[in-house]
Formats: sequence, structure tokens, C-alpha cells
Amino acid sequence: MALLTVQGLAKRFGVARALDGLDLEVRPGEFLALLGGSGSGKSTLLRLVAGFEQPDAGRILLEGADLAGLPPHRRPVSMMFQSYALFPHLSVFDNVAYGLRREGVARAETAQRVAEALAMVGLEALGGRKPQQLSGGQRQRVALVRALVKRPRLLLLDEPLAALDAGLRERTGFELRALQRRTGAGFVMVTHDQAEALALADRIAVLEAGRLAQCGPPAELYERPATRFVARFLGAANVLEGRVAADGAVEAAGCRLLLPHGRAPGEILAVALRPERIRLLPGAPPAANGAAGVLRDLAYRGDAWMALVALPDGTELRVALPAGAAPPELGSPVALGWAAEALVPLAG
Amino acid sequence: MRRLFILLPPMLWLLLLVAAPLGILGLIAFAEAGPGVPPFIPPLGWAGGPVWQGSSESIGTLLADPYYLEAFLRSLLTAFVTAALCLLLAYPMALGIAGARPPWRIPLLLLVLLPFWTGFLPRLGAWIGLLRDGGWVNGMLGAMGIGPLRLLYSDLALYLGMVHAYLPFAVLPLATALMRRDLALEEAAADLGAGPWVVFRSVTLPLSLPAAASAFLLVFIPAAGEFVIPELLGPPEAQLVGRVLWGEFFQNRDWPLAAGLALALLVLLLPPILLFQRLGRRG
Repeated sequence: MALLTVQGLAKRFGVARALDGLDLEVRPGEFLALLGGSGSGKSTLLRLVAGFEQPDAGRILLEGADLAGLPPHRRPVSMMFQSYALFPHLSVFDNVAYGLRREGVARAETAQRVAEALAMVGLEALGGRKPQQLSGGQRQRVALVRALVKRPRLLLLDEPLAALDAGLRERTGFELRALQRRTGAGFVMVTHDQAEALALADRIAVLEAGRLAQCGPPAELYERPATRFVARFLGAANVLEGRVAADGAVEAAGCRLLLPHGRAPGEILAVALRPERIRLLPGAPPAANGAAGVLRDLAYRGDAWMALVALPDGTELRVALPAGAAPPELGSPVALGWAAEALVPLAG
Repeated sequence: MRRLFILLPPMLWLLLLVAAPLGILGLIAFAEAGPGVPPFIPPLGWAGGPVWQGSSESIGTLLADPYYLEAFLRSLLTAFVTAALCLLLAYPMALGIAGARPPWRIPLLLLVLLPFWTGFLPRLGAWIGLLRDGGWVNGMLGAMGIGPLRLLYSDLALYLGMVHAYLPFAVLPLATALMRRDLALEEAAADLGAGPWVVFRSVTLPLSLPAAASAFLLVFIPAAGEFVIPELLGPPEAQLVGRVLWGEFFQNRDWPLAAGLALALLVLLLPPILLFQRLGRRG
């Protein structure tokens, strides 16, 4: 049975539709990332599951039981807040013990479980400190174990890494992942950072304007995006649109795109092409799956150069060039080519 | 140099309107009462050179006569009860205002301040009209076969008037603090299993204690020196510092004693004022 089932969930704030008929499933022990831009409804979904907001329509089921009408303190889910929301008047120990005390766990057991939880994230020595005496990374870990110490089956995480320095973010991400495996709880993490979602999640659900755009394992979403939105949001793919010619090739932006599987002639089709799947060719471009253009701009990324190549019809393609080789001069003509497998037809 | 220039106006203001009057008050307190206008002999005279001709007699009287000590204690007690009552009433009001939808908050706060838009004395007059033996309240009680009760010139009337006058001072700091509070903390507490009452007791209330202390002191400090309300509504035996001071100054024309009383009140209120400042710095 699914750990969490969301059916037709809708919520509006005034005239703004935060969620618009969302369906989603979270499997037991799964790390699911909710990925979307601001206003996509991803935080609203967390707040509805936690019980801080009431849905206008739809159902939320936790292990098959409808959560409707249950106030937040009766819902067997825990939430980690983006601001961490640590109680400033309580010590680290008391912050972590708060949930256990509300449950009426015996004093000795509380002390033991809090100590174990703090040890799990290497904070056993800091139990007596107040939250404001901790660093940002330490606070993040206190917030995490405070939510986990009650051993919830489902943990909701609202942008858990957003407030950390870039250097700390990756390491903390690994810790988060390890903690999730260790506790076996289902994690639902809201993030706007596609790299974070790709790196941490078992599955990613991409939300667009309050609806589910696509849901699947990271590699699947990255390699086979279903819609333009997913293609652009994950890895900023190039999207080319054109009509399928009589021979089955798509004619878009002045190029002929030959897909691995033929398409019906006359169909209008959008195709995603990842920047790193495009190669720079010596000499003239091939007749199909290639293009000639002019190098417009270059940005150094450390591991690659991100090049903007303008095609004759004005379309700009993003092309990732290996950092090892010197890139062509700005304004020089370049020939591009790609494999048929790099082309992903999009549904919408 | 620039610093001095910026600091000069407030320093001048403090010197002219706080330090100088306080110095004069101190001089009068150590003067000897005597006939004339003003009714005291300046403690520093001139007879070919500066001559000290003051006395500490009024300070001695102040300390020796239990009448004054009692006035101080009564004043502090009255101020304490007033501040406590105001706090008890103001907290739920402030919580309600802070919990209202944002467009309603400012109108609600203005309603709290509404009494300030009418004169203070007419409002006390209204209380007298309500509470006196033949007043509205007794009229209604009489219609129900009760009374007439002695309501005016009682502790009840005194505290009604005091709370009525000072309540806004307690509501304002509490409402601002509660409006600024981080609601995520309360959501986190609820998420961890705390019901509404436990959330209030373990998160909202403890975090609002500095604001509650501010509210208490904002009422307590001015209430300790209050003169008009005890005079117009209070029982005759409620001889508070404000009334005693007024009597010494205007009726007995004993300016040195009145000045001594004023200084003593200031000294008594200094610790709570300092406490208030520390709370303000922390909040």
C-alpha cells in the first residue's frame, strides 16, 4: 500500500490556485522530491499534508486512512520547516525532547532517545546550548532530528538545505540521504533546486502551476522529460519545435531532426535536446541531426563551457563544450551534431 | 565633532527639561519652608559669600512620619494591582488583535486607543455618573431590587478608573510583540503533537514574557504617581503619593516636603525603569 496518497487535491488562496487537482503517491521508505518553481504549489502540498491548511477539494490518505478533519497535532507525520522553527527559549535537548514529551514518553526513555538522536547527527555535546548559539548547519541538524525523534513514517521537509552555504549543502544532502535510509521513514522534500532533487531523491515529482507535470526516477526524468516544462526545468534542455515531414524527420529551426522512432507526417512536435548531448564537429554539419551556427556567447562552468550558438533562423541552442579543449572564438562559425537518441519527443 | 553636533540637541533638551528641573527640585527638597513667594528660603544664600542655609528637616519628616511611608506602600500596591489587572485584560485582547486578519489589525488597535481621543476628565466624569449613589448602575440594580450600593469612592471605582485609563498602555506593546511573533514556531509545536492549549502554554506565552513585562511596567510606572483618578473616584482613605504630594504642595504650601516626596517616588521607580530599559534592549 502507498504510504501517502493524494487524490485530486485542490487549494486556492483568493484567486490564486496553489494546487489544481493534484494526484500523487509516496511509497513506504521512499525519498520523494517535490520539484517546482515558486508558486508551483509544492509548499502548499506539504502544509496540507501536515494539516496547517485545509484543502478545497480532494483527499489525503496516510496508509489508506483519510487525514481529513485531523488537526496537525493528531497527524502521524512530522515536518521540518524551512526556517527550522527551533524554539528559541528551549535548549537543543528540550527542542528535540518536545515531541516525545507531548506523547507522554517516560522521562528516562525520552533522555535516551534524545541522546541517540543527537548522537546520530554528531551533536551529542551540544544538548545544553540554545539554538541561537549554534551554527546554521548545526541548527539544520537539530531541526531534522527533532522531526525524526518521534519516528514518523512520513517526514515532510520544506527546503531543508536552502538556508545552508553552498559548501555545506552537498555534505548535508548526503547526511540527509543516509539518515533516510537508516530510519526507513518516507521523506517528502520540497525543493526548487533541480540538482538537489536529482542527487537525493528516489523519485522526483515535478509540479507546474499546481499540477503534476511528471513523476519518476531522476534519470528517467532527466533523460526522458515528458513535457517542455520538465525538459527546461531539469537541466535546461533546448526545446525545438517543428512539423514532421513526409520522410518522418522533424523540421525545426532550419534543421532536420531524425528521431529514433518515426513520427506521423504532418504532426507538430516539440523535441528536447540536452546541451551536453550536442558535439562540436570539424567541417560541415551532417544533413540530419546537425546544424551550422555562429558562436554567440560563452560561459565558463568549471567542468564545461556553456556556449550559446545562434542558428541561421535566430534560434539559440545551449551547447555544453568540454572544458579541456579551448573553445572556438566568439563570432566564429561552428558545426554541431548529435545522435538520434539524444532527441526526446515531448508531449506538451 | 560631528558626533557632538548630532548629540547636542538631545543633550540640550535633557539638560533644560530634565536635569535642571530635577536639580531645582533637589534644592527645594533641602530648603527650609518659610513665608513668601515661593514659600521657602533658598538653601544657598549670599552674605558676602555663599552660605548654606538649607535643612534636611523635610527629608527627616518624610522618613519619620509613617503617614508618608504608608502612602508610598499604598501607591505601589495600587500600581501593582492596576498593572496586573491591565495585563490580564490586555493579553487576550492583544492575542485577538494579533490573530485578526491583517486588514483588521490597525482598526482594532485604533479602537483600543479610541478613549484617548476624548478628554480624560469627561471620561472620569462619566464613571462618576455611572457609579454614584443615584447613578445609572445603582438605578439598574434598584430596578432589580438590589441596592443602592456604595460604588463611587471605593476601591472598586478606583480600579475601574485606573484600568480604564491605563489599559491601552498594556495592549499596545503586547499586540505589537504578538503580531511580530513567528507563527512557524507554533506550527512546529502542533506538528510535534501539542494541542492548541499546550502550544500556547509552552511556546506563545513564554516567548511573549518580555513583552508582558514591558506592558506591566508601562502601566506600573505612571500608575504609581497617579493623582487624578484616586482623587475623583477612590475612597478618601486611599492617600496615595500623588494625592499626598498635591496636598503638601497646594494645601499645606510645604514645598520642601512636596519636593522630597517627588524625589522619593522617583528613586522608588528607578529600579523598575532600569528593568524596563533592559527588557527593551533584549526585546
